[in-house]
Amino acid sequence: MSKPILATASLAGCFGCHMSLLDIDERILELIELVDFNKSPINDIKKFTRPCDIGLIEGGCCNNDNVHVLKDFRKHCKILVSVGECAIMGGLPALRNGLPVSDCLEEAYLNGPSTKDENPEGIMPNDVELPILLDKVYPCHEVVKMDYYLPGCPPDAELLWGALTALIKGNELELPYEVIKYD
Amino acid sequence: MSKNFVEFIIDGKKCMSEEGKYIIDAAKDNGVYIPTLCNIEGLKPKGACRICSVLVNGRPMTACTTPVTSGMEIENNIAQIEGIRKTIIEALFVEGNHFCPSCEKSGSCELQALAYKYKMLVPRFPFMFPIREVDASNPKLIKDHNRCILCKRCIRGIRDENDRSYFAFKKRGHEVEININHEMANKMTDRLARESMDICPVGALLIKESGFRTPIGQRKYDHLPIGSDIEK
Amino acid sequence: MNDPVINIIEKYNKDYTRLMDILIDVQDEAGCVNEDAVHKIADAIGISVVDVEQTLSFYHFFSSEPRGKYTVYLNNSAVAIMMGRDMIAGAFEQEAGCSFNSVTGDGLIGLFDTACIGMNDQEPAAIINNEIFPRLTTKKVRQIVKGMREGRPVEELRGNDFGDGANSHELVRSLVRNNIKRKGPVLEDGYKVGSVIREHLTNMSPREVIKTIKKSNIRGRGGAGFPTGMKWDFCRRAEGDQKYIFCNADEGEPGTFKDRVILTEAPGLIIEGMVIAAYAVGASEGLLYVRHEYKYLVKYLNKVMDEMRAGNLLGKNIAGIDGFDFDVRIQLGAGAYVCGEESALIESAEGKRGEPRDRPPFPVQKGYLEKPTVVNNVETLCLAVKILKNGAAWFRDQGTEDSTGTKILSVSGDCREAGVYEVTWGFTVNDVLKTVDAEQVQAVQVGGPSGALIGPDEFDRVLCYSDLSTGGSIMIFDENRDLLKDVVLNFMEFFIEESCGSCSTCRILPVLMKQKMEKILEGHGTEQDIKDIKEWARPLEHSRCGLGHTAANPILTSIKNLRNLYERKVKKDVEFDTGFDLHKAIREGSDAVGRIPIAH
Repeated sequence: MSKPILATASLAGCFGCHMSLLDIDERILELIELVDFNKSPINDIKKFTRPCDIGLIEGGCCNNDNVHVLKDFRKHCKILVSVGECAIMGGLPALRNGLPVSDCLEEAYLNGPSTKDENPEGIMPNDVELPILLDKVYPCHEVVKMDYYLPGCPPDAELLWGALTALIKGNELELPYEVIKYD
Repeated sequence: MSKNFVEFIIDGKKCMSEEGKYIIDAAKDNGVYIPTLCNIEGLKPKGACRICSVLVNGRPMTACTTPVTSGMEIENNIAQIEGIRKTIIEALFVEGNHFCPSCEKSGSCELQALAYKYKMLVPRFPFMFPIREVDASNPKLIKDHNRCILCKRCIRGIRDENDRSYFAFKKRGHEVEININHEMANKMTDRLARESMDICPVGALLIKESGFRTPIGQRKYDHLPIGSDIEK
Repeated sequence: MNDPVINIIEKYNKDYTRLMDILIDVQDEAGCVNEDAVHKIADAIGISVVDVEQTLSFYHFFSSEPRGKYTVYLNNSAVAIMMGRDMIAGAFEQEAGCSFNSVTGDGLIGLFDTACIGMNDQEPAAIINNEIFPRLTTKKVRQIVKGMREGRPVEELRGNDFGDGANSHELVRSLVRNNIKRKGPVLEDGYKVGSVIREHLTNMSPREVIKTIKKSNIRGRGGAGFPTGMKWDFCRRAEGDQKYIFCNADEGEPGTFKDRVILTEAPGLIIEGMVIAAYAVGASEGLLYVRHEYKYLVKYLNKVMDEMRAGNLLGKNIAGIDGFDFDVRIQLGAGAYVCGEESALIESAEGKRGEPRDRPPFPVQKGYLEKPTVVNNVETLCLAVKILKNGAAWFRDQGTEDSTGTKILSVSGDCREAGVYEVTWGFTVNDVLKTVDAEQVQAVQVGGPSGALIGPDEFDRVLCYSDLSTGGSIMIFDENRDLLKDVVLNFMEFFIEESCGSCSTCRILPVLMKQKMEKILEGHGTEQDIKDIKEWARPLEHSRCGLGHTAANPILTSIKNLRNLYERKVKKDVEFDTGFDLHKAIREGSDAVGRIPIAH
């Protein structure tokens, strides 16, 4: 029997959740025995080459590229998991929710302490190659259907390990008190 | 001894308490934890959060405002009630902007602690992301309306020597917010400012110039669920 | 010193419990209650400014900023919209030159929305500077605004086409029409106010009064249906050196207007009912809580009470009954539906936010100023008089087994004969529709938004406490109405607007349910969304008051009784739809940097 295939992505996140995955320490060796990786920054595979069993999503959607990647994951993965606060509720990037996008851009490119004097022409990044910011940062499940949620900032390595092995082996996920944290 | 004692039942367990005590306190005396966010010992109860809802002889009642009477049958730890509580907690999470990772109260926040207790992985509701203000104009206190759950604890618990309010509700419905009497609050003692922060179940009232003294991971609810001190 | 604000505060003896009156008078005097006035009030009473502001900011008709020399409050409830409210609103906006919920630059005209003002039988209607302007047309709006520009007093804008009955009384002078279509014991002609006090009460002991009321099996006419005799008895038995009788004339349930008609045509009967209740429970003070929308009746009501005082029907030793002293004052509300709930009404009468209280204790144990208090609906009190007059058996012989006597219905919407009908319980919805001449009826809202929306296959249901219980509001919608959008959503908005905000459940869940409704209406709904919406309503049962308990009823009853409306809107081919719309989501970000909003 072939091994389950795992894919991961970081959208509007900080890669902290991916780092937390590495916190499973030597069990990473066990993990690569259990699964094969497809599209993921961990192995630098940029495009899906086959259908996957599990997709882990870090970060919410702050621009149309995030939406595109997320939808691509939904298309290719049987099970999709929101990993971390940003994927679940927008996280710190969502602090901008409620503010007009133009205010955020002006603060970043026109009035911010590091840009105020450096951008006398008041140029806004508007190249067509750049992703377009969304009106707010969306939690993943408000864009596509998500199957599971692993909270934390980042989620505890034990939670990630427990959840992954449960998913791979088809076991019930146990959630002891100490692994569910939002900070 | 002028006090009358009454017998009552919580989830099949025989309990005893002084007559007239509120159910939530009577339960506590008998080692039964009934979760709450708005109730606090020593303050007049307000029944605002509705999380302490129990069934009293089959009818929904708030345990913080209903006195025990003899023979009462109370249902607390049952699926129907626990389901209602979890729903309310999730609703409170989407109503405000609760960014736990950046909150000073994380780990000692009662809203978060209840969400941990009920193993909330994600609220079932869409996030409202309301536009709410942070008021840092007071010299000692920060009021962060993003995190306020409108429990009225500060309103009831923080008063001056003439029983005048530092805090009160303003507006109504989903626009309700906590209003500060700035004139009075500007003269607040350090002790009262600290009490304001401590009485707040979440991180909506914080004292200035001090934070993260206790590291994340060593805080009140990081290792033991809320209510464990009652249910031994 | 002649400071009008200080004078007002002193008029009410710097009494915190009279804060509502103080704020109403200051607002009338100055057009708003500004920061300066708030400070004066707080200082004079000796309370924190935030405690003044908590009451001030709670009520719809109070404002801390000027709302125009002429303030227009235009009803935006469902039936008003059906009768053309949006066109009238458009005319006001165009003529005044400002949009709703704002004031013209010169401060002359303010335009504001308001919930049902009790004129559903003569919509579209507005309140302008406390005067009622019913049956508005765009032509009238043009004349009104023109008059405002010319600085005419509001009486001139109103004109003199006064309504029937006491609407033409010199102290009322309003354009409102009674539209009494069927009379019964409350609205019948020929009753001489005070005759029951003089001829019956003088021969009865308080216990006998309660016994008769109990025997009649009358239950509260406001909607909740608590047995009146039992309420009086509880209050009579409660300990207290002082007891109070409150008449709840805060009828705020959208679609009801029968109390307006009773206040206009039978005010003496109401007061007489209060006197009887006071005698029965041993109360010496009464309070008639009148919703702010009916302020135009207050002078008239006061005159009626003065006449009763002169006739020894109020005051000391009433009707010669030795030691029976009782008097009534009017308390105006200031725009809050929740104050129709008895404990919220008491809080409001004490000058506070209209937040319902936790029970126990019940108002009959600890009510106004912590004293035992009976709160009865206008109609209940009127009927109590007639029960004493005609006997309990007379009353019990009318209606049904569990719902004795008569009920006044306020019928509005798509029918030819909107108005007030005094019928006996046991009337079916079909009877109503026939009587008011309604055709091609798609649905009927029985009991207002907090009641039920029912479809044709349930029109044989019976109006009574055990089937379709109602405070009397009946709204009819014909086949051309978009029920979900124009009715259900409108009612949900009403509950959201009127929640006091104290309970987490009622403050948050209706907002989320309304969003879900909008998702369904926008075509993104699935079967799962219908299931969710029903599930989300469950915690509302755990709210403190009736508003919270019933806040989801517009959605829940329409799902239950008219599910096909939802089935038609939801997607059948997908199990799941987040409702996410990429093109909508990138619009703002594209505009901000000047890009064409195209994304894949």
